[in-house]
Amino acid sequence: MMAALMAISPLILVCLTVIVVMLSIAWRRHHALSAVITAVGLNAALLALLFGWSQGTVAVTDLLVVDDLARFGGVLVLISTLACVTLAHHYLEGYDGPRDEFYLLLTSAAAGGLVLVSARHMATLFFGIELLSMPLFGMLAYTLRDRGALESGIKYMVLSAAATAFLLFGMALLYAMTGTLDFDALGQALATQGSDPWLLAGAGLLLVGLAFKLSIVPFHLWTPDVYQGGPGPATTFLATASKVAVFLVLLRLFQSALALHENWWHDLLGVIAVVTMLVGNLLALTQNDLKRLLGYSSIAHFGYLLVALVVNDGLAVETVGIYLVTYVITTLGAFGVVTLVSSPYTPTGGPADASSLHHYRGLFWRRPYLTAVMTVSMLSLAGIPFTAGFIGKFYIIAVGVEAHRWWLVGSVVLGSAIGLYYYLRVMVTLFLHEPGMQSRDATHDWAERAGGMVVLGVATLVILLGLYPTPMIDWVHWVAGNSAY
Amino acid sequence: MILVWLILIPFIGGLLCWQAERFGDRAPRWIALATMLLELVMVLGIWAGSDFSLPAQGATHAWVLEWQADWIPRFGIKLHLALDGLSLLMIALTGLLGAMAVVCSWNEIVRRVGFFHLNLLWILGGVVGVFLSIDLFLFFLFWEMMLVPMYFLIALWGHSGSKGSSRIGAATKFFIYTQASGLMMLIAILGLVFVHHSATGVYTFAYGDLLNTPMDPQVAWWLMLGFFVAFAVKLPVVPLHGWLPDAHAQAPTAGSVDLAGILLKTAAYGMLRFALPLFPEASQAFAPVAMTLGLIGIFYGAILACGQQDLKRLIAYTSISHMGFVLIGIYAGTELALQGVVALMVAHAFSAAGLFILSGQLYERLHTRDMRQMGGLWGRIRGLPGFALVFVAASLGLPGTANFVGEFMVMFGSFGVAPWTVAIASVGLVLAAVYSLFIMQRVYYGPPQEESSLGGLDRRELALLFGIVALVIFFGVYPQPMLETSAGAMQVVQQSFQQAGAMMGGAQ
Repeated sequence: MMAALMAISPLILVCLTVIVVMLSIAWRRHHALSAVITAVGLNAALLALLFGWSQGTVAVTDLLVVDDLARFGGVLVLISTLACVTLAHHYLEGYDGPRDEFYLLLTSAAAGGLVLVSARHMATLFFGIELLSMPLFGMLAYTLRDRGALESGIKYMVLSAAATAFLLFGMALLYAMTGTLDFDALGQALATQGSDPWLLAGAGLLLVGLAFKLSIVPFHLWTPDVYQGGPGPATTFLATASKVAVFLVLLRLFQSALALHENWWHDLLGVIAVVTMLVGNLLALTQNDLKRLLGYSSIAHFGYLLVALVVNDGLAVETVGIYLVTYVITTLGAFGVVTLVSSPYTPTGGPADASSLHHYRGLFWRRPYLTAVMTVSMLSLAGIPFTAGFIGKFYIIAVGVEAHRWWLVGSVVLGSAIGLYYYLRVMVTLFLHEPGMQSRDATHDWAERAGGMVVLGVATLVILLGLYPTPMIDWVHWVAGNSAY
Repeated sequence: MILVWLILIPFIGGLLCWQAERFGDRAPRWIALATMLLELVMVLGIWAGSDFSLPAQGATHAWVLEWQADWIPRFGIKLHLALDGLSLLMIALTGLLGAMAVVCSWNEIVRRVGFFHLNLLWILGGVVGVFLSIDLFLFFLFWEMMLVPMYFLIALWGHSGSKGSSRIGAATKFFIYTQASGLMMLIAILGLVFVHHSATGVYTFAYGDLLNTPMDPQVAWWLMLGFFVAFAVKLPVVPLHGWLPDAHAQAPTAGSVDLAGILLKTAAYGMLRFALPLFPEASQAFAPVAMTLGLIGIFYGAILACGQQDLKRLIAYTSISHMGFVLIGIYAGTELALQGVVALMVAHAFSAAGLFILSGQLYERLHTRDMRQMGGLWGRIRGLPGFALVFVAASLGLPGTANFVGEFMVMFGSFGVAPWTVAIASVGLVLAAVYSLFIMQRVYYGPPQEESSLGGLDRRELALLFGIVALVIFFGVYPQPMLETSAGAMQVVQQSFQQAGAMMGGAQ
């Protein structure tokens, strides 16, 4: 009992933080105080997570399992959330509406992410996904007087509801056929009566529900609008913590409940992966809006990640781990810069987010370090050597080559080549200088603020991991070795 | 450890240049020049202090210096650097041309000087890394990394070109071509590593271990093709050359000098160091195709060069033509041909750099590169046309220039292997004479557009051009020191290649 409580202590701490922030708001509204309480709570949860590492695998009831993979996911979720807190503090500084509730929503969503990464039962999967998504509606529409934000919140809500419906229907079918909702038991059932059409339909619907959240083609249509409209910190959370948590639960499903080793299954997933990376990259080509572009690019990146799930063998778990780490820190860098440059509700900022590409023209000549961060992030997203992104891409290609999936590897190369075009376009825009362009700027003290420091730290990490990835590789290798079913 | 410094010095120098911009425009230039000269002096020091005698029969390498450290033990990836005669020559060339690139952009680049030199030096650092790495992972890293500063160099300081093509477009094209083909090489590298892993159970990216990996001929063929495509794009070989004329036309002079002088050579170096020794049988089987591609390149480049109006595009096409000879020499695989390839690479680096520097100086005076607006310049610029004549003569391979030595050795060495190829290729030399004379005729002779003098060359320009001319003629008359240096490295390549040929001949 004690061990189980210890194991889920990060989750408990995050939930406590939600309550404390709520009480503090009820007592007195104070923006900085709310942010600090949230940050302290999340840091405590992170520490609890790291201290719990020596416990090994702990089953907490039939619903949750806290193993190394769960802790790994927890670390990523908590770190992304922390980054979002610092960015949000900067972003909401001058906002004239209520500011404190944002942290409430953010922390609740983080709790959802923590549940999701340790789920081993459909009930916790559902609970986690909903707890993750519901606060996101609020976060995306937080600055509701901005049309874009409101639109993005409502769009995400409607499509999430549709995804939930798929998810529930899938679970219902699985339960009807097998009488269980436990991942492992489902896996055994699928192995023995795998060709049953209702069972397969259930699994398919379940996947569709998750694919919505990961914006995998053809369920990606919400992504660009939501990314474009949502306020910076909310989009950052959506792009990092939320996607990581959902992908890790998908990985767990593939290791247990959906561990189908049949050719047609792998081929089908392979086709989805190829289509996802190509569609994401091709649609990103013509975008003139940085946040939209990053939305499409995230679609493509999850296409690459699917390669690991298609292979689902050998290096696959390690690849997922490495790729998620590199993707999260890179995306934090990119969205962090967008958020800082936007700085709406400040003297230098405009009414809403600076998402249009021409706002960034010549940023280098005004804010060299901020631009360096953005450049590093773009290079890393494009997978150029000496950035963390390259290590991720290296793993993806390695896992494909190891499994002899040449078509997939070929598509990754093709996708990367297409992707380069728009990443380079963003990069060169930062350095061009055309006088008279309407441009936006970060506040002057950005680098001394917590948000600025996070962004600089993330960029340094991207470079360091690109130069010396051994600690990350050893860590993920160890996690992957310990949590293989 | 000195090998690590060879790589680090340009990177550190680049950062210094960037920060030195706050002390005015001159500081970055002097720092960059000092950095490259230091690099050059260090290489020459190694050259003077090392012994390049031939390795023992059957040796798989001829390293003079070697350095390694653990990096990513999970996959057996090491920071593994080594230097032999070939890489030494190439690095010396990098240092020299790097210094020239700094000098020739002294007056050309006036905006964001510090950041320009940061990019310039980082390209050179990446190139030195390519020439020194013998861990395949590390090699690939440098191979891809040097594209980024080159991209910035073209995109930010390039000339907005003729006929609506933009410098950003050219830079992007360059980047996508080379990066995509580079990923092909990454796939091939990983394929090779996994083949080695399944044979021995060990993950390694070390060049020495991966040599002689036993593999199925068909697998070897595909892996070899992966390497070949990456190198062929950079060389460039004709169907994959689309990026080159645009990149050259839009790049600033320093960018063109680096591109033609060094970056193209990394491809030939890659073939000599990796493609041939790692897959000797497959390369032997591929040789006829490669030689045919080389032939096509010679003619295609020469014929298109004759039709160009833009001076830099013309020189870019002549590069394609010259690289055709390099390709033929590499896949002929005899010792004479391989040594000829080395000589031709060095010679081409000088002559192409000279021509690009001249076209840059013309541009500074005339503000155009369109040859229709030139003509009659002989009387209007003191000194410059004379140098042009020397470089044009070198480019067409006149005896007495280093290019002649290279081309002659390539053709002589390849004749025994592929007589018909050589016979056809020699016709290409006639075309070389045609386009070379076109340059002289259209730019320097004919009726002048105006009578006013455009001024002579200043001391900086004179020193630069005299230096290159001296080197062209020195290596044309006395190429022996260069050939002795690379002999050991080339002998290793030749042996593995010939053995494969003998085995295949025996099997048939």
